[in-house]
Amino acid sequence: MTVEIGHFALILALLVSLVQTIVPAWGARIGEQRLMAVATPAAIATFVLVLISFLMLAEAYVTSDFSVANVWNNSHSAKPFIYRLSGVWGNHEGSLLLWILILVLFGMAVAVFGGYLPASLKANVLSVQGSVALAFLLFIILTSNPFERLDPAPLEGRGLNPILQDPALALHPPLLYAGYVGFSMAFSFAIAALIEGRTDAAWARWVRPWTLAAWMCLTLGIAIGSWWAYYELGWGGWWFWDPVENASFMPWLAGTALLHSAVVMEKRESLKVWTILLAILTFSLSLMGTFLVRSGVLSSVHAFAVDPERGIFILGIMIFFTGGGLALFAARAGALRQGGLFSPISREGALVLNNVLLATATGTVLIGTLYPLALEAVTGAKISVGAPYFNLTFGPLMVPLLLAMPFGSFLGWKRADLKAAGERLLFAAGIALVGAVIALAVVQRGPWAAPLALALGFWVMAGAVSEILFRARFGQAGSAEVMRRMFNLPRSAWGAAWSHFGVGLMVTGIVATTAWQSEKIVALKPGERAEIAGYTLEFRGVQPGRGPNFSEEIGRLVVSRDGQPVTELLPSKRLYDAPRQPTTEAGIHVALSGDLYAILGDAQSDGGHAIRLYFNPLVRFIWLGAVLMFIGGAFSLSDRRLRVGAPRKARKTAAVAAE
Amino acid sequence: MTHAGKWVARWASALALTLALGLPGTALAVQPDEVLPDPRLEARARVISADLRCLVCQNQSIDDSNAPLARDLRLLVRERLNAGDSDKAVLDFVVQRYGDFVLLRPPVNTATLVLWLAPLLLLIGACALAARHMLIGARSDTAGVDDTPLSAEESRRLEKLLKQKG
Repeated sequence: MTVEIGHFALILALLVSLVQTIVPAWGARIGEQRLMAVATPAAIATFVLVLISFLMLAEAYVTSDFSVANVWNNSHSAKPFIYRLSGVWGNHEGSLLLWILILVLFGMAVAVFGGYLPASLKANVLSVQGSVALAFLLFIILTSNPFERLDPAPLEGRGLNPILQDPALALHPPLLYAGYVGFSMAFSFAIAALIEGRTDAAWARWVRPWTLAAWMCLTLGIAIGSWWAYYELGWGGWWFWDPVENASFMPWLAGTALLHSAVVMEKRESLKVWTILLAILTFSLSLMGTFLVRSGVLSSVHAFAVDPERGIFILGIMIFFTGGGLALFAARAGALRQGGLFSPISREGALVLNNVLLATATGTVLIGTLYPLALEAVTGAKISVGAPYFNLTFGPLMVPLLLAMPFGSFLGWKRADLKAAGERLLFAAGIALVGAVIALAVVQRGPWAAPLALALGFWVMAGAVSEILFRARFGQAGSAEVMRRMFNLPRSAWGAAWSHFGVGLMVTGIVATTAWQSEKIVALKPGERAEIAGYTLEFRGVQPGRGPNFSEEIGRLVVSRDGQPVTELLPSKRLYDAPRQPTTEAGIHVALSGDLYAILGDAQSDGGHAIRLYFNPLVRFIWLGAVLMFIGGAFSLSDRRLRVGAPRKARKTAAVAAE
Repeated sequence: MTHAGKWVARWASALALTLALGLPGTALAVQPDEVLPDPRLEARARVISADLRCLVCQNQSIDDSNAPLARDLRLLVRERLNAGDSDKAVLDFVVQRYGDFVLLRPPVNTATLVLWLAPLLLLIGACALAARHMLIGARSDTAGVDDTPLSAEESRRLEKLLKQKG
């Protein structure tokens, strides 16, 4: 019965979102307050209804109700509780429901916290938001109903793909969707601005927290996905330029550009048209990511819905919102007035450079991802565009971006002095050089370009630290004064510094692990040893083990260094009961200098076991960097300027300016 | 596309069947018995393998893949290297058998010219757009001097002062 309630609530949500789409927009058009006011309760009601629907599905999963086709297909009663729960979104229908739940959650957040927005703007934003929800509710109800029943009900479910039976599944999709869907807020605000034909600094100030929140979630979501792949897929890689990864990376790149251009718009009323376009494109890329993953055009492990009908439906949604948004943009963008003159050497100029490079990078990833599909559709020729292409094209684009990053923070608005900024960055440049030399002395092996790339990471990190020190007058004022100034720096300055530092840290990790990873493939009999990166590993044989829904073979490797015991690694091979699929679980020892990573292979004919060992230097910096970016975002989000209520003041000054 | 889809699906189901029957699966990509005794040759094999696509997988190189077909290809690459082929000759040999699809780094030819030039063209386009924006922005800004420029400036300054105080 509960499942029918869920289904019913979903249909009700569809109807309410229809009202939310039409009535407030109509009210805004004819200037009728009461019609506009419908938006708020409608957005709240949609959320409550979708939440009910989601909880009903979750209940079916937790209680293993196999009369529900979706549960039968993707769950098993022997699964641990957490995977029964996270399994709700470990499949096409359920993850789509989660997608919609987060979408309407954002809509409700605007309805509840958006009291400070002008009534017509709020009505239009919620109307656009409602239309997105409407499209996806239609999609789920017509093509991907998670509440379909089976009669008679099977006794046992078919189980969840073992690779997905991991704690990361509880976090990775929700964060990713929060990112994708969060960009719908920027989109809705952009469309509303185009409908009203008006944007100002206040607009940018309203959009920025939503974009920032979405960006933070996407950053963390992608990082968790990368980490998950690293320890689960078993070959020590952390990024594969897989089309599905690219699908999440493109909105991230565009969203990063959007965050930076919105700063220019907020502070200087410049780049308005571009920011609006970027807001539309960022969400379009999110929709495209959804399309690429769901339609099955990529046929990768992520495409749990290889179903052309669904693909065409999502393609329709994507074309409608992207095409509609761009058409509206083409028609109305001319009416937006640009403001804010600036010289190329200025904070604005640096942010424009940021946008130029990030937009190019986004376009490059987009073309690399879609080119094989397009070529095959047009000529029938099949080619592959893989990691080597992206490394060759995307990599060089990041070099000027990283080089320019610290400069940007030191340039003033409107017109700035590059030389003065350079002088303030001498310290950072020195750190970068010294760091590169030290790295070279420590590893003493090629590739010889790696220390230079590493220096780039140090440069960015030291640049971020320099900015904070400079703004706190470090070295000029007394230490008490410096502390006071540091404490009083705007949170957004801290946010930028943390995030930029995170980027530098990530670059360091990427360079170190790419350039200096060691690998050893060996066949060991019990008692035999292997050495890698200064560690000695003694193989102690394989023992059988049994988990809640899998059996496994666990290899034991005793690790020592210079004769001192360090740890034990227990890499294993699992065979899940349902579905009967094997997975490999890496044994990982985390040290400051890097990860020691072991994978257990097959038994060899001579009684030994195949074992693959890696040492991945500084690999943790990659994810740690992403966490710092997230923390930076959180700092920025807590800036009083962006807090709810604070924009009131901005609106008044904007109104004064318009008079 | 559908043809390729079916092909992939067939391979995938064959693989699933192999695993379901409990036949010896391979949990490692490169197996110890594959590794060439000459470390230099082996290193070359690894570099070549990273550029070759595992045809039955999605977007995995044969160096990363556990699939039996990837193993066959890895052995083939090593066989050719042992026979004294240059890196290019090995790649050519594999491409001759499997087509350009096997290359993760697509070759530069008429079909892929746009792909390879795209980043550069995009960069030039983006720079041009930015330059144009700055120039036009400058012009329209001076044209709009009459639009109460003082109040905008004042409000900005006011905002700054307010920010400093609070």
